[in-house]
Amino acid sequence: MRIDCPYCGPRGNEEFSYYGDATRTRPAADADESAFVDYVYLRDNPAGSHRELWFHAAGCHRWLEVERDTRTHLITGVHEVGAKHDANRDGTTR
Amino acid sequence: MTRRYSIVRLLRESVRGNRGWEPAWRDAEPRRSYDVVVVGGGGHGLATAYYLAKVHGVRNVAVLEKGWIGSGNVGRNTTIIRSNYLLPGNVPFYEWSMKLWEGLEQDLNYNAMVSQRGVLNLLHSDAQRDAAVRRGNAMRLAGIDSELLDVAAVRRLLPMADFDNARFPIRGGLLQPRGGTVRHDAVAWGYARGADQLGVDIVQNCEVVGFRQEGGAITGVETTRGFIGTRRVGLACAGNSSRVVAMAGLRLPIESHVLQAFVSEGLKPLIPCVVTFGAGHFYVSQSDKGGLVFGGDIDGYNSYAQRGNLPTVEDVCEGGIALLPSLGRVRMLRSWGGIMDMSMDGSPIIDRTAVTGLYLNAGWCYGGFKATPASGWCFAHLLATDSSHEVSAAYRLDRFAAGRVIDEKGQGAHPNRH
Repeated sequence: MRIDCPYCGPRGNEEFSYYGDATRTRPAADADESAFVDYVYLRDNPAGSHRELWFHAAGCHRWLEVERDTRTHLITGVHEVGAKHDANRDGTTR
Repeated sequence: MTRRYSIVRLLRESVRGNRGWEPAWRDAEPRRSYDVVVVGGGGHGLATAYYLAKVHGVRNVAVLEKGWIGSGNVGRNTTIIRSNYLLPGNVPFYEWSMKLWEGLEQDLNYNAMVSQRGVLNLLHSDAQRDAAVRRGNAMRLAGIDSELLDVAAVRRLLPMADFDNARFPIRGGLLQPRGGTVRHDAVAWGYARGADQLGVDIVQNCEVVGFRQEGGAITGVETTRGFIGTRRVGLACAGNSSRVVAMAGLRLPIESHVLQAFVSEGLKPLIPCVVTFGAGHFYVSQSDKGGLVFGGDIDGYNSYAQRGNLPTVEDVCEGGIALLPSLGRVRMLRSWGGIMDMSMDGSPIIDRTAVTGLYLNAGWCYGGFKATPASGWCFAHLLATDSSHEVSAAYRLDRFAAGRVIDEKGQGAHPNRH
């Protein structure tokens, strides 16, 4: 499995560390406990398209959001977390 | 009705051309309703059905399997059994599993090749020895066998290991002599045969595609072979637990990850027990056929693909070579992947759910095989009595919200690190 890093190019997944589901959002500090339990522990864990966070630990040290099919490992989109556009290296968007 | 296997029968069949053997279980057609439906015809589901019928007398039971029985992780693991745990929630459960393994073949009248050849965890530093002493003592306090080995004792078991590795010298080991290996497919087949003989219907190629509920209670399951009515459904479909409970509108503290396993070409007897490398993640045993069966880390990302990637293969093999340099010329024959329910604390769940009549057996991470007998025993107890068995009482679904997690590795809510 190779991840096409917007800064470094296609690299083997051993260069990256995985941080799981990218769609979780931290509840507000005054949210009730069940919202935090949900955030910390519960996952959709889909069989299919999954948006997930990868850190390019052996490369540019950027956080990437990768869209990948968990049934085939096929990657359909990569962009830096917080980037305004989901731009790939060649200027196209996913 | 399948007849008992015995030496007399074996001799009789051998002189009669082996024409008298019959299938070990019926390939049943689904009936319209059952007292209990178990979803998942793997080791845990089949064991659950067997103990429901045997221990609790609940015989109107179906096991629904989307493929063929034993096609999932019970046929994809590295066949290791052990009960060398530290934490109070785990210790009694895994020891009960070990005791069931010890009597399994006589109970099932089926040769599962249970081999208590020992499980040896190698130690490479003072800190690891301290941790091993602590774990070994905790095991002994619970009545479980454990022995701390010094270097000389490890050398007698594994003379070919790299004891003087510059970075990871071997300083000793923690041995559980009663640990070992079991012929994994035979566990599925033995439980299937045992359950079938007690009247359980094993229905293959029957995938659950939905749950029918009334007023928050289960009334049946929709399957690819039609609707089956039941008031009690037990889910034993680890790897796919999240997908299945999603059909009932629930979410779980679980991610699905792929774990790879490997087997080498057949060799003469080399490794006498199960050995784990303490400085990397690598474990190995030798099958009775001679192949080295080994594995290591999960790949570390969500996957339902039943196959992994090459970096993990390389990492596992590097661990093996660091420990046993003489394996350098051994050829790897096959590798494969299985999908694990990686829970948020590395421990399993055997509990009710928010839906009345829907029970969950999930979250086995990559330690489900050794748990098979006790998992079936405790899940059958839960399904039959609607109360947790005492040895699985800690495996509650609400332990995450309640702060009573059972985190053997102390990694926190990161499923890929357990």
